[in-house]
Amino acid sequence: MSAMPEQDVAISIQGLVSRIGGHTLHDHIDLDIFRGEILAVVGSSGSGKSVLLRSIIGLQEPSAGRIEVLGQDLNNLSGDALVHVLVRCGVLFQDGALFGDQTVAQNVQTPMREHTDLPQKLMDEIASVRLSMVGLPPDAASKYPAELSGGMRKRAGLARALALDPELLFLDEPTAGLDPISASEFDLLVRELQQSLRLTVFMVTHDLGTLRATSDRIAVLVDQKIKVGTITSLAQDPHPWIHEYFTGMRATAQL
Amino acid sequence: MDASPPPHAAWYRTESRGDTFRLIVGGQWVRSEARRLDPNLYTLDAGQHSAAEFDCGAIERLDTVGAWLLLRTKRSLEHRGVTVQPVHVDPKYKALVHTIDHECRAPPVPQPPKPTLTRRLDRIGRGFVHALHQGYELVGFFGLIVFETAATVLQPRRLRIAALVRQMEETGLNATPIVGLLSLLIGVVVAYQGSDQLRRFGADVFTVNLLGVGVLRELGGLMAAIIVAGRSGSAFAAQIGTMKLSEEIDAIQVTGFNVVEVLILPRLLGLMLTLPLLTFYSNIMGLIGGAATCYLDLGITIPAFLHQLRDAVSGWTFWIGMIKAPVFAFIIGLVGCHQGFGSDRNASSVGRHTTQAVVESIFLVIAADAMFSIIFSKLGI
Repeated sequence: MSAMPEQDVAISIQGLVSRIGGHTLHDHIDLDIFRGEILAVVGSSGSGKSVLLRSIIGLQEPSAGRIEVLGQDLNNLSGDALVHVLVRCGVLFQDGALFGDQTVAQNVQTPMREHTDLPQKLMDEIASVRLSMVGLPPDAASKYPAELSGGMRKRAGLARALALDPELLFLDEPTAGLDPISASEFDLLVRELQQSLRLTVFMVTHDLGTLRATSDRIAVLVDQKIKVGTITSLAQDPHPWIHEYFTGMRATAQL
Repeated sequence: MDASPPPHAAWYRTESRGDTFRLIVGGQWVRSEARRLDPNLYTLDAGQHSAAEFDCGAIERLDTVGAWLLLRTKRSLEHRGVTVQPVHVDPKYKALVHTIDHECRAPPVPQPPKPTLTRRLDRIGRGFVHALHQGYELVGFFGLIVFETAATVLQPRRLRIAALVRQMEETGLNATPIVGLLSLLIGVVVAYQGSDQLRRFGADVFTVNLLGVGVLRELGGLMAAIIVAGRSGSAFAAQIGTMKLSEEIDAIQVTGFNVVEVLILPRLLGLMLTLPLLTFYSNIMGLIGGAATCYLDLGITIPAFLHQLRDAVSGWTFWIGMIKAPVFAFIIGLVGCHQGFGSDRNASSVGRHTTQAVVESIFLVIAADAMFSIIFSKLGI
């Protein structure tokens, strides 16, 4: 790794190149995500935000470059060593990606059942703790994902992502498809959990409200490159897309 | 507790100081320690004390599981009338403890009960009722299809020719290699087994009769139908189920299309047109396999084979096999589409209904074949 910065680096991306179907999405991107921060990635549709997230968690092999998660390169790991890193990461996929044939409580327990030796009774208790932490009512536990609303599915997905007390939490468009009230509740929830569980959060989002409410730093993907800053610093950026994003109609309408 | 716990392991000890029961905890209160701590903490008892103090000063690490164990112990003591005061809690854990304590008031989730005899009986009963319901729905679906087919016949312009041709290619043409190969092998098997048995009576040449009647009347059509049920019946169910999952069916409906006309009729009619052709092809391949075996195993030359075959089978033998094909095709298409529409909007349901489509259509094809046999024998054909 490069020289240690003053802050502890949780995820380090060096020279990432992603090419999919002859199309370059990322062209030598460098990005460090520090422990305890919430970093949000924004960018136009098709700019490779989700691909970036998938590359970090090892679902997509980079065409070139190096990604270290908690000091380990996931693409060079296999077997137990890989699992050891993955259990320290929690991922909330876009629509929750709950297992359809399991109840919500079973969904939350699945990672625990696979990776811990907790007795069943304690797992039941922990599952209900998780579900109440993400603000789901007790009767949601025995429901199947198909019986839940979109917002509840996301909360249940978050409970599952948190099942093993991860250090890193990945959120893929956490508020997409939620009404504004549910979305701001979800933002608050993420903030609150991030503080109480001392999580490092990497999130992909389109939602300016989420950016304002939760993120410490913002990374913008434009022209296959990345620019990092805060809302105020990025609003000064000369790049037309970034300028429009942070000062355009929707941005000012929400102020 | 162990006499010498490993470094950093979670530990606790209890003591009495005056009227106060003290629980002193330390080490790493994390998930991996929970299995060891859990049973003892369940039975922790403050004795006669009415006040308790949890000294958390020595905790090195705390995660949600550890925090929950402590909170649970606190609550269970409080439930028994003991006032509990946590002390020396590291400020960095306060948020976590607060979140869990504040949010979690819910009792643990009840697990689904273990299978018992009553539950098994209950499942069997439910399964039976479900099967009846399926049959009922299938009849309803049948009615809908017949109605729509009649409407299409009256208004042939409603038929989607392009979709029909594509389905015929997919279900018919693309199935020819596998149908041909398997029928050829079935012909070989029947000829071998027949010649083995008939040779004992010196009636080797009647192998040709066995082969001709067996393949033309039953096996050719049945093989084609079973392969098509596995290939296309499952594909229908999976395609339509997935379209339902991704709301494509809803999109078709609101675009103003008739779902039956767009999705079902091309599949059903395509199959009804191609399965007779596949059956004919399957018959020929079965006979070729049989003829080759007869030549190699029994020394029956091809002209002799054909001569014997002409004596053995009548036109009816061939037509009985062919008549059944469109009926089988209708069953396979109907069941496949019905299962596709019946699936719920999740992946496992689509998979279950696809399996169900294959099982149900093969079952119904063979049942229909048995019915045909009875009918034809009553008719004396």
